[in-house]
Amino acid sequence: MKSSFYNTPGKHSGLLAWVLSTDHKRIGLLYLSCMTVFFLTGMTLGLLMRLELIAPGRTLMAASTYNALFTLHGVIMIFLFIIPGIPAALGNFMLPLQIGAQDVSFPRLNLLSWWFYITGAAVAITSLFTGGGAPDTGWTFYVPYSIRTGTNVSLAVFGVFLMGISSTLTGLNFVTTIHRLRAPGMSWFRMPLFVWSIYATGWVQLLATPVIAITLLMLMAERFFGVGFFDPAKGGDPILFEHLFWIYSHPAVYIMILPAMGAVSEIIPVFARRTIFGYKAIAFSSLGIALFGYLVWGHHMFTSGMSDEARMIFSLLTFLVAVPSGIKVFNWVASMYKGSIRLDTPFLYVMAFIFLFSIGGLTGLVQGALATNVHVHGTYFIVAHFHYVMFGGTAFAFFASLHYWFPKMSGRMYHEGRARVAALVLFVGFNTLYFPMFILGWQGMPRRYYDYLPQYQTGHVIATIGSWVLATGILLMVYNLLRSLKDGEKAGDNPWGGTTLEWKTTSPPPAENFEKIPEVTTGPYNYK
Amino acid sequence: MNDIAQTASPHKDYAGSKLGMWLFLFTEILLFGGLFLVYSVYRSMYPQDFHAAAAGLSVVLGTVNTVILLTSSLTMALSISALRRGNSRRSVLLQSATIVLGLVFLVNKYFEWSGHIHEGLYPNAPELLTRSHGEILFYGLYYVMTGLHGIHVVVGLVLIGIMLTLTMRQRITGADYVKLENAGLYWHLVDLIWIYLFPLFYLIT
Repeated sequence: MKSSFYNTPGKHSGLLAWVLSTDHKRIGLLYLSCMTVFFLTGMTLGLLMRLELIAPGRTLMAASTYNALFTLHGVIMIFLFIIPGIPAALGNFMLPLQIGAQDVSFPRLNLLSWWFYITGAAVAITSLFTGGGAPDTGWTFYVPYSIRTGTNVSLAVFGVFLMGISSTLTGLNFVTTIHRLRAPGMSWFRMPLFVWSIYATGWVQLLATPVIAITLLMLMAERFFGVGFFDPAKGGDPILFEHLFWIYSHPAVYIMILPAMGAVSEIIPVFARRTIFGYKAIAFSSLGIALFGYLVWGHHMFTSGMSDEARMIFSLLTFLVAVPSGIKVFNWVASMYKGSIRLDTPFLYVMAFIFLFSIGGLTGLVQGALATNVHVHGTYFIVAHFHYVMFGGTAFAFFASLHYWFPKMSGRMYHEGRARVAALVLFVGFNTLYFPMFILGWQGMPRRYYDYLPQYQTGHVIATIGSWVLATGILLMVYNLLRSLKDGEKAGDNPWGGTTLEWKTTSPPPAENFEKIPEVTTGPYNYK
Repeated sequence: MNDIAQTASPHKDYAGSKLGMWLFLFTEILLFGGLFLVYSVYRSMYPQDFHAAAAGLSVVLGTVNTVILLTSSLTMALSISALRRGNSRRSVLLQSATIVLGLVFLVNKYFEWSGHIHEGLYPNAPELLTRSHGEILFYGLYYVMTGLHGIHVVVGLVLIGIMLTLTMRQRITGADYVKLENAGLYWHLVDLIWIYLFPLFYLIT
């Protein structure tokens, strides 16, 4: 079928056919391309930081530049890449396809969300070059420093605020879409698990993001008008800012990881040729994570000043949130049992995901326990932990689903050999970079420090070498995918033998997604 | 039954539109929720100061504004039921009345704010900084919360203005009025938030 959505630009042509399109597939690809650019930028900043840390003392840049770099690295990777991440890019493209719809419920709102995202990103990037210079507070914008610093915090915070609106509206759109636009016969328990995870994520986006929005507005009111909410001299309480910040930012961690888990639940049945084990358990554990995720924010603040009762309750709840995550991991592994496993690239990434996410998750419990938390709080241990969860978890699942859905999105197949090499290099580089950080942190190396004592140098050198390997893997992967866009083999409609609805239409899909809206009669993973 | 020819026409999913609107209202409540949280924390920290500071606000002005806003919610609801019965002219009138009442609310608010600013009671003012911590925070919350609410009133008025134009151009009719209904829901939310702001700042002294 020749009339793919690429050949159906709509009212406008050229670039406008993309940035003014209300087609969810085009919007998904807009997000994807922007995020790729931001990801590579954030990666470059990370490389520079690692290079600075290869030896104690000044190597490459001044301490203030280093402070700006880690702030930017955090802001870009978190707000520009990983929060929109899988839902906005791949979710936009795949969600309507997977439920057999022609588009999302509010296509124009969807486009508006992208405009909020890109405007927010532009504002955040403008903040680097204007005013008092690049923000140097870290991505958490903790008061009182964020109120007193002369750097351009207000503008950066406003950018994040705009991106928050984008995220909220995307969540609203997806939740409504899933409620209203499922194809005939697609009951809730016939939905693919990726859809379930997007649904849970949508609720988190809806219910958590407004809290960060108001917190950032309060921060701006503080900087512009000196209202005093967080200023002890006026009776305010800086710790309250931390509470408000983490009331959003901890659930935000689940905005990042839930869709990744959903994507993994899609890929495993297809490449193991087995129906998923424990479908309902996985679906409900997504909701469980979304629910418990709200109640654990205090574990970011165990050393900030809190009553012992509160700390014990937060610690207990933190342990409870590990239960639904564990349910997922066991079900994924059980799904492979007696399967006919194909070790194609998406599956390689998924296995890396399970391995790295398990390390990240279990080290999370080390920090959730009060006694050990005091020892590792604010050290490289936490840096290693969240990179294992966010990068080793979410980003690896992102790469997995990127390869999995590449043929559907582009109509072509990527080069399998190069992709496998890239996956292997990525895996090796990742562990070389981040595993030493666990040890460094355990030995007492504090996070965000520009300089360090000589005894930490071995760990830092290994990590820096790892960063080069990791970057090589990423560049190879990006190169492979971009090149395959041009000269990859034709993929066909269903190269993996997938059973969910997106594989029932052409690759790439037509503008209206399906020639005929499919009728659903079975569950999503119709294997043995 | 579900081929493209039938569904490709711009679909009208009323239940979907309203679901989306309700979800949006949740996010608005949570947005204000952050401020209500800060209010309750500081109120419990400085009960005496809050008590003293609240005495500085005019209960009369607050009550008048509450009545105005409640009435505007009534006219909004009536404008929808008027349209439902096919009386487009009455709906236009009632929507205009809503806008006028909203504007009166803002004018009142303007005089109230300028009164306080005249007394030197605004964030970071030298006069306010001589007061106790709780009073500084009370007035900080007062300006931020009623200010954010005021912005919502303005947005609501613009929204109703658009609905008014659409109704006059027969784009919103008794058969297709979900937009007006959603604008009405938004306006009721603005009202609802005020109903909490009013006692918290004016009545609990």
